[in-house]
Amino acid sequence: MNTSVNIAGVTFKNPVMTASGTFGSGMEYSEFVDLNKLGAVVTKGVANVPWPGNPTPRVAEVYGGMLNAIGLQNPGIDVFMERDIPFLKQYDTKIIVNVCGKTVEDYVDVVEKLSDKPVDMLEINVSCPNVKEGAIAFGQKADALFGITSEIKKHAKQPIIMKLSPNVTDITEMAKAAEAAGADALSLINTLTGMKIDIHRRCFALANKTGGMSGPAIKPIAVRMVYQVRNAVQIPIIGMGGISNAEDAIEFMLAGATAVSVGAANFFNPYVTEEIVKGIEDYMTRYGVEDINELIGAVK
Amino acid sequence: MKKMKVTAVVISQKEIAPDIYDMWLKTKLAAGAVPGQFVCLYPKDKSTLLVRPISICEVKKDEEMLRLVYRIAGKGTREFAGYKEGETVEVLGTLGNGFPYEKAKGKKVFLMGGGIGIPPMLELAKEMDADKQIVVGYRNQDTFLKDDLEKYGKVYIATEDGSVGSKGNVMDAIRENALEADMIFACGPMPMLRAIKKYAEEKGIPTYISLEEHMACGVGACLGCVVKTREVDHHSHVNNARICTEGPVFEAGEVEI
Repeated sequence: MNTSVNIAGVTFKNPVMTASGTFGSGMEYSEFVDLNKLGAVVTKGVANVPWPGNPTPRVAEVYGGMLNAIGLQNPGIDVFMERDIPFLKQYDTKIIVNVCGKTVEDYVDVVEKLSDKPVDMLEINVSCPNVKEGAIAFGQKADALFGITSEIKKHAKQPIIMKLSPNVTDITEMAKAAEAAGADALSLINTLTGMKIDIHRRCFALANKTGGMSGPAIKPIAVRMVYQVRNAVQIPIIGMGGISNAEDAIEFMLAGATAVSVGAANFFNPYVTEEIVKGIEDYMTRYGVEDINELIGAVK
Repeated sequence: MKKMKVTAVVISQKEIAPDIYDMWLKTKLAAGAVPGQFVCLYPKDKSTLLVRPISICEVKKDEEMLRLVYRIAGKGTREFAGYKEGETVEVLGTLGNGFPYEKAKGKKVFLMGGGIGIPPMLELAKEMDADKQIVVGYRNQDTFLKDDLEKYGKVYIATEDGSVGSKGNVMDAIRENALEADMIFACGPMPMLRAIKKYAEEKGIPTYISLEEHMACGVGACLGCVVKTREVDHHSHVNNARICTEGPVFEAGEVEI
């Protein structure tokens, strides 16, 4: 049975990854999960300098999911390179670093610092709904996305994945712009902008007022967007949005994803990523699937 | 001790004050539990996906038992309150750092709890070798855990309505009884913790406070439950520490609350 998939020349032992921001740099969940079993660890977004993030409350529960407005708190690229990359290098898994910034120069700064580091791919976060500058400003207009993608592509030594926002009128326009600018792959979807109000205290549940919604409730939207984008571009897609078990992961692959990322489900079950790897193998055995690549986009 | 998610069995459950429940769980997590730590419970209702952090009230290591005393605050805790003896619940633990109670050895201390911040004071009082003055604040005459606490120290009570002990809060109880201490351990609502921090700073008393915040993961990955810190935190490299991991107990001067 072959469970390995290839994205932009990088081979992953299986298609199961961690969604940025839900798994730190793997350290916290390494107590629960054998990181060697995962296709890749996608790290929490890292900027050129430390970011303090938003005030609390930063998280709230909603029906079938959650809202977060962490605001991309991160220790900055220097600490990340000294501490997090060596930690991840102890494991036989691929490393995808999620990169965030306020300006194009910020992103390029991080990308250049990582150029000689043992990192397999870069995931460019142009879709975080919780920071005021940068991030999503680049992810909601096709020309802005084209601009930042081509600029990063000039400086990046590793293949780049552009992480797309679902908070747009037509996600295929964004996908096409990223592809035209040279993106090697796409990640979708980031969280959906939401809001929750506490009716007893008459205030917003999050200090940031709005937050990004994730969890099982958003999965049908994400599957639909993966399917649409797969029909609009040639580059590979890493699908995510509410994946909580192997069945969900397979659904994304059938819709057109080459790999999948597991996000909020880590919070609901710290063992979930390893369980999904096992569950995909069980599915392949049950249906006599010799090569996992047969599943990618199999539902037309 | 390694963090784990395990299936625990409910040994007993009773309502000890309106909306305050006392639940004993049989779980191997008890072996590594220390005062001031917490566990996260997972509701079975799949529309409520996030963990519910609950402080550890009492530990029986030999019998592998944990006691949780919690208030119904919403859907999740309402579900837990309905669990009967023999039912199971998924528990993640044990989490957080706990109180540095060994520092109190031989000292005169205040153990201060307010409302649903009182439960962790019980295991702390049990483990601590010190001259313990347990100062607890309630809304009214529903003085849950009072009898348990009296086994381990002198208990002073404040109630908001004045029905038992001093009228007012824990600070009023200290003043009214002219109490003094050389170290303070506290858990309770934020206004109470702010008042204790101010009092401790004025008097120069080392003080450890236990904080709470909404959290998604409980293990330090989501960065949801942070508190502002005076110095740059060693892990985050910004002025934020994770309550679930660096806390929930902080030296009062380290945090900005």
